[in-house]
Amino acid sequence: MMTALRERAIVSSRSVPSRPRHVRIQYDPVRQAFAVLSPEKVFWPNEVSLDILRRCDGQSTVERIIADLAADYDADAQDVAADVIAFLQEWSDKLLVKL
Amino acid sequence: MSAPLLAPIGMLAELTHRCPLQCPYCSNPLELLKANRELDTQTWLDLFSQAADLGVLQVHLSGGEPTLRRDLEQLIAGCSTRGVYTNLITAGVGIAEGRIEALAEAGLDHLQLSFQGARPATTDRIGNHQGSHEKKLETAHRARAAGLPLTINAPIHRHNVEEVPEFIDLALSLGAERLEIANVQYAGWALANRDRLMPDRAAVDRQADIVAAAQEQLVGIMNIDFVTPDYFAIYPKPCMGGWARDAFMVAPDGTVLPCHAAQTIPSLRFERFGERSLAEIWTDSPAFISFRGTEWMQEPCRSCERREVDWGGCRCQALAIVGDASATDPACIKSTAHAFMGTLVDETRRGNTAGNDAFMYRRIGS
Repeated sequence: MMTALRERAIVSSRSVPSRPRHVRIQYDPVRQAFAVLSPEKVFWPNEVSLDILRRCDGQSTVERIIADLAADYDADAQDVAADVIAFLQEWSDKLLVKL
Repeated sequence: MSAPLLAPIGMLAELTHRCPLQCPYCSNPLELLKANRELDTQTWLDLFSQAADLGVLQVHLSGGEPTLRRDLEQLIAGCSTRGVYTNLITAGVGIAEGRIEALAEAGLDHLQLSFQGARPATTDRIGNHQGSHEKKLETAHRARAAGLPLTINAPIHRHNVEEVPEFIDLALSLGAERLEIANVQYAGWALANRDRLMPDRAAVDRQADIVAAAQEQLVGIMNIDFVTPDYFAIYPKPCMGGWARDAFMVAPDGTVLPCHAAQTIPSLRFERFGERSLAEIWTDSPAFISFRGTEWMQEPCRSCERREVDWGGCRCQALAIVGDASATDPACIKSTAHAFMGTLVDETRRGNTAGNDAFMYRRIGS
């Protein structure tokens, strides 16, 4: 049994994450917050998570995303790297981000 | 009401009760509505628009078989222009060539396809429809070709509980992102057929182990959601996420309901869209207020630390088994009827004198 046709993707600094078509970031005027819509589930990510997800554009590498965020938040790149990689792995494992 | 009124997030739209399949556990009511009772296109569009205004972010288009509505493309487009995420819940039988592509073109976001069995013979027998399994495979392939994400839904009972490993393989081979292993909820048609559907304890335990192992093995490959069987549970599920808390459903004739089986509670009075606005019904319809929040609860729910985790469980199950819709769901170990519910599992064995195949198949006007 279990003829897995795909393999679990593991985040690396060279990964180029993107949001699959069935995952949508959308502003909800009723709750005045950004929602992430996916099959059967709605997520309410915080500001940092949203900043990561918005950069999953299918063009930027994880390395690039980390550098951008470190600059934007005036934070240490190594600290940012650990958070970004953990976040992307979790979202990839839920099939909400493609690597 | 102590809790503040939330805006609804999800809406289940039962567009029609018509269906090519006759599954004996259908979640529709025993008294099915004929086509002439269905809302027209414009009324559904008004309803979706009011739902979006109210805060609904996801609409689940269901039935019956929703693709029997010829205006489905229009309804999807109407949701889509309002930014509402659309999920089509289909049996995948008898869908015309090119239709899936047209639905995707109209803005459909996701497709959920049911399989009654992992084997063709099981699917065809449970839905009482020859050749249905093949048609479902075809629908799955078309959905993938149209770029739609796919969930496979497998309702589980005595006749297919041993097929769970094959359901997992089937969903993987079809390229599904998600698989729902959903143990049948015993309300409506399933309650009428309970003696013929209830699995035994050993099979349920095996199934739970298989699903847990597969969930771990398939991380990042396919999500498996496991809807646990209430009759073998320790705690109840938060039915609908809490009565009238953040979701509702609409029957084909526009009756707005807190859940699938709410109409089995005879003390409740329901309202139809059109007679009142959706906002009015959501806010203060007597049926919605009845079990919203925690004020209505009796003990042991009232003082329970889980009261805002499971919201007392399922009201319809409390009525069906305990005889009181405001009692604790007997799936809960704290319910005085919990042990009695457990004995019903064995009762179904003895009650099943008519044999395994003598289902009361779902039929309109039967």
